[in-house]
Amino acid sequence: MHRRGVGAGAIAKKKLAEAKYKERGTVLAEDQLAQMSKQLDMFKTNLEEFASKHKQEIRKNPQFRVQFQDMCATIGVDPLASGKGFWSEMLGVGDFYYELGVQIIEVCLALKHRNGGLITLEELHQQVLKGRGKFAQDVSQDDLIRAIKKLKVLGSGFGIIPVGGTYLIQSVPAELNMDHTVVLQLAERKGYVTVSEIRSSLKWEVERAKQVLEHLLKEGMAWLDTQAPEESQYWLPALFTELYSQEITPEEAKEAIH
Amino acid sequence: MSPPSRVGQGRCRPRAMHPPARTSAKIVVHLHPTSSNKDLGPFQSSIYSYIKLSFKEHGQIEFYRRLSEEITQRRWENMPVSQSLQINKGAQAGRIRAVGIVGIERKLEEKRKETDKNISEAFEDLSKLMEKAKEMVELSKSIANKIKEKQGDITEDETIRFKSYLLSMGIANPVTRETYGSGTHYHMQLAKQLAGILQAPLEERGGIMSLTEVYCLVNRARGLELLSPEDLVNACKMLVSLKLPIRLCVFDSGVMVIELQSHNEEEMVASALETVSEKGSLTAEEFAKLVGMSVLLAKERLLLAEKMGHLCRDDSVEGLRFYPNLFMTQSE
Repeated sequence: MHRRGVGAGAIAKKKLAEAKYKERGTVLAEDQLAQMSKQLDMFKTNLEEFASKHKQEIRKNPQFRVQFQDMCATIGVDPLASGKGFWSEMLGVGDFYYELGVQIIEVCLALKHRNGGLITLEELHQQVLKGRGKFAQDVSQDDLIRAIKKLKVLGSGFGIIPVGGTYLIQSVPAELNMDHTVVLQLAERKGYVTVSEIRSSLKWEVERAKQVLEHLLKEGMAWLDTQAPEESQYWLPALFTELYSQEITPEEAKEAIH
Repeated sequence: MSPPSRVGQGRCRPRAMHPPARTSAKIVVHLHPTSSNKDLGPFQSSIYSYIKLSFKEHGQIEFYRRLSEEITQRRWENMPVSQSLQINKGAQAGRIRAVGIVGIERKLEEKRKETDKNISEAFEDLSKLMEKAKEMVELSKSIANKIKEKQGDITEDETIRFKSYLLSMGIANPVTRETYGSGTHYHMQLAKQLAGILQAPLEERGGIMSLTEVYCLVNRARGLELLSPEDLVNACKMLVSLKLPIRLCVFDSGVMVIELQSHNEEEMVASALETVSEKGSLTAEEFAKLVGMSVLLAKERLLLAEKMGHLCRDDSVEGLRFYPNLFMTQSE
């Protein structure tokens, strides 16, 4: 056999060695991926076993759901990230929350013209339960909060604002900054707030208070009562407890499924 | 407990012959035997030692919580005796009864212990499961680090495989997201499906729908195996790269919409301007009603028209109203 030139041979050898190094690099990742794949299959089996014993518990017991969600969060897992995830597929948690999301959207849309896109968690809860009907599974307020947190990613302005001991749910892309939130919290006690109250409680100047209140008026989240005895009152329809039991009218429902 | 006996006509009704297909949720409140010095209650005697509360239209979770709280707090024991209720019921008119449920807590406690036992088994199993899940998370982190170190030395195929593993476990993938996005084969398939499903609805709605509308529409149609909001967003992000006839757009406000490729929002602005001019001025709600759009999208169109200089706003406490921008159209 005829010998090749040392130069060409050396280069060829070097290239071969480089290729082998590269290969080894990918082989390392390949190994770990293969390991993960195997462990994933094992985990899936464990989850199936868990589901066969406790799927009902998750479905029926809201405290168990909370525990489950909290544990997932602690280890860095989001069981609601995808309908294609194991958790969703095998425990059925996905469908439960995603459907709840649809119902929440529809209630918020139907009532938006009344409350400007702000609703208390209590009222939302009541209306959602009504919409679900007698034979559907009960849902807790915690369930609603988790479903709403997932809806944020759709970009239509879903937000959760803590007020008093509860929450206001925002469902419109209106900008509500710290100032607005603080005034909402102040208004939660009586359902309305006045400029004087803001000045005395929050120590703001009149201008700042007025700006915030005007923004809420413009967004339809507050209504102005100029006939109040001492000074104008800014009422929040979201906080009118008397309106809670009012049914959603057919016209309002139509707006929701537009 | 002896079986109920017929006391008299109408006093003891027989069970229904055909039980309902679905029964409502129940809370059973077990009662202690009465103490000898107890006042008379609504009934002289009863063969039952429990009260069953039936929740035909839900509310049992919150009710149970509050009932348990009250049983623990026993606030009725601090109420003065004169606050007893007076119940007027035919032959029993004029009698004063003490308010309150006597001695429920023991039975409730027993029941709670039993339920706790079942739950603690479930919690135990759950903890064990979470331990295993945690191992998966650790492993995925180590792989992600390897990928970061060896940028480019991992094939696209392997990246896709890894991402689908993360998707199954519900683990976020910060590393690969920057380079390849959150999409997986699943999302690609989903994107193609969406393009098919949404064609007709989009045409019916003037070529544009908000992502929330799409979420509701698609999931209502599916009934089962619903999409998560993230699934929908991740799939929609791939629409353009897959050259599908619909696309995802984001307005300045953050509102996300799906549009037909053929849809041109800027062209729609021209017709919006005509409509507003005809009426002199319009709010988003009025415009929405006229044109048959959702208020959300109507507002976005008017805002876009304003951005393009065709409309002016009058922002007062009575609402946001849009007028044709005469500064533009009327020459000096």
